[in-house]
Amino acid sequence: MSTISARTESALAFSPRRVAAMILRYWYLLRSSWPRLLDLIYWPLVQMITWGFIQYYVMENAGFFARAGGTLIGALLLWDILFRGQLGFSIAFLEEMWARNIGNLMMSPLRPFEFIAALMVMSLVRLAIGAVPVTLLAIVFFGFNLYGLGFALVAFFFNLMLTSWAVGIFVSGLVLRNGLGAENFAWSIMFVFMPLACVYYPVTTLPVWLQPAAWVLPPTYVFEGMRALLIDHVFRSDLMLEALALNVLFFAVGVFGFLKLLQAARRHGSLMQTGE
Amino acid sequence: MPVSPAIKVERLVKIYKKVPAVDGVSFAIAPGSITGLLGGNGAGKTTTIAMIMGLIMPTSGRVTVLGADMPQQRYRVLHRMNFESPYVEMPMRLTIRQNLTVFGMLYGVSDLAARIEQLADALDLTELLDRPTGKLSAGQKTRVSLAKSLINAPELLLLDEPTASLDPDTADWVRTHLERYCRDRRATVLLASHNMAEVERLCERVIIMKQGRIEDDDSPARLLSRYGRRTLEEVFLDVARRRDEEQEAAQ
Repeated sequence: MSTISARTESALAFSPRRVAAMILRYWYLLRSSWPRLLDLIYWPLVQMITWGFIQYYVMENAGFFARAGGTLIGALLLWDILFRGQLGFSIAFLEEMWARNIGNLMMSPLRPFEFIAALMVMSLVRLAIGAVPVTLLAIVFFGFNLYGLGFALVAFFFNLMLTSWAVGIFVSGLVLRNGLGAENFAWSIMFVFMPLACVYYPVTTLPVWLQPAAWVLPPTYVFEGMRALLIDHVFRSDLMLEALALNVLFFAVGVFGFLKLLQAARRHGSLMQTGE
Repeated sequence: MPVSPAIKVERLVKIYKKVPAVDGVSFAIAPGSITGLLGGNGAGKTTTIAMIMGLIMPTSGRVTVLGADMPQQRYRVLHRMNFESPYVEMPMRLTIRQNLTVFGMLYGVSDLAARIEQLADALDLTELLDRPTGKLSAGQKTRVSLAKSLINAPELLLLDEPTASLDPDTADWVRTHLERYCRDRRATVLLASHNMAEVERLCERVIIMKQGRIEDDDSPARLLSRYGRRTLEEVFLDVARRRDEEQEAAQ
């Protein structure tokens, strides 16, 4: 008879083995399904090609964009990190709801923080599968080398992933509490950020009264930072630090919201009824 | 020195939108015993088991499992218990071996590969280990769920209708295996079912629930003797109809 290695533990205990178990579970799933793998790369590729040609067109017809080479395609690739990061997190979570496996997990010793950590790792894995080939193709097709941004790219990436995880964590809580009827949030919530985060245009394009709302969102600082780098060739570390401070707040609110919604799900019996 | 109960439920209440699903239920289950929770649809069996597991928070009352208050202290004991329920499934695209590996890691099982082989052998799953769970028959899936519920050799096993939708032969096979496991491991089992024959065969004690309340609680033999009946099904019908008559008289 085998023995149990884990003994009495607290709710805040963190086991890398349990996190690894969940990552293994999602890896098995990805490996077993080629449509899931194809889906990771299909839309990013289509978008990159479309926007790459648009960028070519405007560069040939506008002096500003001729100076600002790469801002459109750069914005698109960074937007994809934000969007796909959140989607990767949320889809990994939704797989448990679709499989009616959430009850098994909630009854196991898996802690909420371990579950969240596994989903964060999987969002990185899914993003890497989708984004790395697309960024390489952007070099081949349009001569835009995202990796040429160097350290700035690390700062952009880190901030965008933090936002995507914060939103993904909160949306997972909503789905836990409300069932698969709330699934649409997972697919669409990030588009609320798109106009306000000023992905493709500077914040000054927005009406003055709307600009404070844009500065509340961490991605706004990243996209402004990207334009500063590509147009003015200046790395704005101040913008990155402000984004980081806001992201810490967003992440804390996301985790707090998830735990509260999980508690509400236990109160309302939603964990036993994971359908619509 | 008295032995602490494996499960202690005190004045347990669960109300959904002013409707009581469980209405003041109290009982204690001795370690190493097999107890049946019997009742028709909507009797409150699943809600009671879910509150014992910590999946649902009671409106009021208290649940203690292996000495830990549920759901607040559930992480102290979750690795010592497990469950099987028709309300949850195993991920369909993963093979049996992959599913058992994931759950074995979650439960902190050491020497996991050997444990999986041991369970597969005991539950006649060896030939199927590398087949996706979604491609199994209903009976095979039930055996996989049972393997998952036994992966950590639990001291406490909560089973919610473990043989529902199984043919008589497979259901009998599952019951035999459960009997053997409980005898060998001296595990405590709480079994919710509306299959009277199953409860009569497996359980040394029966708690009959109706409309969220306990209607009767005794050993199968004493229930049969007291009601002057030959089967638990007849006892259950007596209990159910007596209550209905009392309600009609009260109205």
